[in-house]
Amino acid sequence: MRQRLITLANAAAVFATLLAVWQLVLWIFNVPPYMLPSPWAVSRAVGARFPSLLNSLAITAEESAGGLVASIIVGVLVALFFAQSRWVRRMLYPYTILLQTVPIIAIAPLILMWVGAGTVAVALIAFIISLAPVIANTTQGLVSVDENLVDLFVMHNASPTQVLFKLRLPHAVPALFVGIRIASGIAVIGAVTGELYAGSSRVGEGGLGYSILYASSQLQTDYLFALVLAATVLGFSFFFVVMFLEWYFLHRWHESARVPETE
Amino acid sequence: MSLATAVPEIEIAAVSKSYGSGRLVLSAIDLEIQKGEFVTLIGPSGCGKSTVLKLIAGLTPPSDGTIRVDGMAPKDARETISFIFQDATLLPWRTVRDNVGLGLELERAPSDQRRKTTTSVLELVGLQDVAEAYPRELSGGMKMRVSIARALATSPRLLLMDEPFAALDEMSRDRLNEELLRLRQERQWTAVFVTHSVSEAVFLSTRIVVLAPKPGRVHTVLPVDLPFPRGASLRERPEFEALVACASHLLREALVR
Repeated sequence: MRQRLITLANAAAVFATLLAVWQLVLWIFNVPPYMLPSPWAVSRAVGARFPSLLNSLAITAEESAGGLVASIIVGVLVALFFAQSRWVRRMLYPYTILLQTVPIIAIAPLILMWVGAGTVAVALIAFIISLAPVIANTTQGLVSVDENLVDLFVMHNASPTQVLFKLRLPHAVPALFVGIRIASGIAVIGAVTGELYAGSSRVGEGGLGYSILYASSQLQTDYLFALVLAATVLGFSFFFVVMFLEWYFLHRWHESARVPETE
Repeated sequence: MSLATAVPEIEIAAVSKSYGSGRLVLSAIDLEIQKGEFVTLIGPSGCGKSTVLKLIAGLTPPSDGTIRVDGMAPKDARETISFIFQDATLLPWRTVRDNVGLGLELERAPSDQRRKTTTSVLELVGLQDVAEAYPRELSGGMKMRVSIARALATSPRLLLMDEPFAALDEMSRDRLNEELLRLRQERQWTAVFVTHSVSEAVFLSTRIVVLAPKPGRVHTVLPVDLPFPRGASLRERPEFEALVACASHLLREALVR
């Protein structure tokens, strides 16, 4: 607990220093506000347009959460399928790499054509780019079980279902969380980027990405900064929610989830 | 204690085993183990000791020859066999009790019976106080005890042990050896044990099978005529030391030949 407070204080100190440097740069180089607004101007923009900022944030949060949850569900199902045989993995694994390498900007127009601009299209983009790490890590977790443990289950005449649900799946949970942690970060990035191309432009329906595009076209640099800040906050909160869930499910038995204590 | 009946517990007849690449691991092994015996396999690395255990457990089929466990094919005899591995191989996400109950759970025993059995087995190995702890909270010796308790929970008639105490310090190893003999006195199972340690082999066994390497084959069978029950003081007796010296000599011979 004490260590956590110290960590928090350190983070706050770094943040304060960053703000100070930012303000100093403005004073020394005399930068015009449309190029780089002051921290104060950004915080004013946050205050003045808080409802619409919150609205954009909520939209993007919904899209990225939707994409992330879908990628977890689909990713785990695909991994369970991959875990069935080496043959299946060899045949289909290259396609997950394809998933990871496909330039999302290039297929955004396609998605736009298929489902139309809006929340669904953006969630779909977030889903596509966050799927690969879930599949890869979960598959790894499912197949990297100690041979002796498999033998132990065989000795008790365990059914394939028992091996899967009592051995492989619980064994894969830590790896699954590694996948989810990576996916949660890129789901938010995917949603924000997706909005640049496929976000809805209807009033009250534009997420952070769309609003960033709009603010930059209007040279509302202070609000643009506020939006970027909101996107960062969103990414952080996803990360912390996943960290908490990971701790909650694993802290009793898995080393990685242990909070360092004074032992 | 002669429990020998018409059917030997284990019959290994002219068994050879080679792995995929054609590398011969075991060559024409003949071995008969009677009910109630404690047989230890020792030999230099590469002599296929662990493979013999896997064959008896039916985890891998022989390339040639036959193996019978209580007159049956090993796979059909599995319900009466427990395997103890070199590592404790516990499931880290389960408490000690749920690890010990794993076999019964997989065999779909009712939960009240499971609870009763795990409680009594945990008492038997002196772990009743850590029943609700997770494996990572335990020392290496305690984990091994959990592993033994898990093996005993299904009331096996045959216990196969693959260097179960190799990773432990000498003191814990000696203590667990004594405990293993006490448990055997209570439960009367047949045991096949693999180890690198000659003194461990002498202390535990009724017979020691010395294997020679490349390919693995039986070099000598050494009967151990020390009376049961055996306690820690046995290790200081001259007849114990004489047998250890004899077994060490045979082991060196097996390596040279």
